[in-house]
Amino acid sequence: MSTVKPWGVLAQYENPADLYHACEKVRDAGYSKWDACTPFPVHGLDKAMGLKPSPLPWAVLIVGISGSAFALWFQSYSSGNLYPFIVGGKPLFSMPAFVPVWYELTVLSSCLTAFFGNWIINGLPRPHHPAFGSKAFERVTDDKFFIMVESTDPKFDAEKTEALLTETGATLVEKLEA
Amino acid sequence: MSHDEIKKPTDITIPSTSLFAKLPMIGGVMAVIGLGATLGSAMGESRTRAMFSYLWAYEIFLGLALAAMGWLLIDHTVKSSWSIVVRRIAETIAVTLPLFVLLWIPIGTIGYHSLYPWTVELNDAILAKKRWFLSDGFFFGRAAVYFLVWTVLSWTLYSTSVKQDGTENETERGNLTRRLWTISAPGILLYGVTQSFAAIDWLMSLQPHWYSTIFGVYFFAASIQAFFALMALLSMALQNAGVAKTAITVEHFHDLGKFTFGFTVFWAYIAFSQFVLIWYANIPEETVFYMTRLEGGWNVISYALPVAHFFLPFLFLLSRNVKRSRTGLAVGACWVLVMYLVDLYWLILPNFGTHGEGHHEALFAPTWQDATALIGVGGAFIAVFGYFLNKNKVVAINDPRLPESLVHENY
Repeated sequence: MSTVKPWGVLAQYENPADLYHACEKVRDAGYSKWDACTPFPVHGLDKAMGLKPSPLPWAVLIVGISGSAFALWFQSYSSGNLYPFIVGGKPLFSMPAFVPVWYELTVLSSCLTAFFGNWIINGLPRPHHPAFGSKAFERVTDDKFFIMVESTDPKFDAEKTEALLTETGATLVEKLEA
Repeated sequence: MSHDEIKKPTDITIPSTSLFAKLPMIGGVMAVIGLGATLGSAMGESRTRAMFSYLWAYEIFLGLALAAMGWLLIDHTVKSSWSIVVRRIAETIAVTLPLFVLLWIPIGTIGYHSLYPWTVELNDAILAKKRWFLSDGFFFGRAAVYFLVWTVLSWTLYSTSVKQDGTENETERGNLTRRLWTISAPGILLYGVTQSFAAIDWLMSLQPHWYSTIFGVYFFAASIQAFFALMALLSMALQNAGVAKTAITVEHFHDLGKFTFGFTVFWAYIAFSQFVLIWYANIPEETVFYMTRLEGGWNVISYALPVAHFFLPFLFLLSRNVKRSRTGLAVGACWVLVMYLVDLYWLILPNFGTHGEGHHEALFAPTWQDATALIGVGGAFIAVFGYFLNKNKVVAINDPRLPESLVHENY
């Protein structure tokens, strides 16, 4: 037994149903800094974990609209004012010619926001994680299901948390070192 | 979750008291009145005008039925499981395709010379080069091929799926599903070629000097967008009539909404792709298409289409909450369907009166024949759709993967 305060507690479950019900119990026990890891997506797990909708769509919308507006403004301003040049007998402000760039920049700014926003929200890139220290956790990409509760959670108490996880049907509960 | 825990729905037939049970009769009456009035008028002095209205109504419902078949083929090819609870509705829309063989007869006979200028302008120099393609024999021969492909494909998709309803043997059920997958992949190829050429033959050749290589895709984009809107509305209406009340969930509506939204973008992409090339090159024989549509009242629709057919439904259906709300999706779907009618009207009607006797500028001038044609062709469509809807179960109840669809969830 180590006397160092652990990073958190890891619990292993045998199937998605057990994990699902365990998540409901951990959620109802009032934990906030915890996560579930599965080898494949489990439907409805976000509800069992009590996750709030992601703020990402709003970020994508706002940046998307900004990118869209910037593309239109920049093309009109550069073709109309900064460098007025008649191409193919078309007017300086030729909306149809601006549409492809307008469209692409809207998509590009939205996609980049979605991609990197996802990284920021999930704390990526993260080359190491305390759970990697666990031998059991290696099977998370194969056939085992895990819940981990972090010690920074205000409700965390090594013994009580371990007891709760054992109660929920975990087949293995162990401490994770930081 | 194992499949045994999931209960199959039992409310899968049309209640005899619901409006859906009366559809064959209602549709039949509409068809008799509408087709009688339109075709009666086509026999008289305003033959050309009446036939243009008829062609418009014909293409609206043909487009929906074709889109239904196209979606089914894609759906089986990708082995999608979310859609199984609503798939029979699409199958019932697609199985109306043989009806369009009959409904095409007026176009090929009384409307042939009034609709298609290349059948009468025999001394035209540009058309001389296209004569091998736009000739009576080849035109009717192609139509025969389209109808053969559509009838065989739609009937096979429908009857195979219905056969599964009455199959008790699990292995046999699986075999029927695999048969649907097997015919669907080559079916996509046949479908793509025939629907594209049908659009070129019956719509693009209304203006035979003009050409656009993306035209078939334009018709596909417009019709499949409207088809998903129709699917959402029909699913809601069926639930209100007491069918599949718990089987079709908000998740399925969300997916139908996503498709409606996605094809809204696709339509705009295709429509703009066609426009921007013609606008940039500025060659008279290509710009004529937009020139006709920038005068005589059509200009209002030309400018309204990008806004009303793209921006409004795009911004409206963008939100997840709207797609997951019944009212929101219903409003969006109704709007998309109305814009589909407007889009096809804008595609077809400006060609009226631009050739032959009584040559004049194409004016935006709706007439009563538009309404009667819509009622008539729509009635015939509703009657056949209603007949098959009542004849068989509304949910493909014995599809081996139905449970997957019942518990389907979006992330």
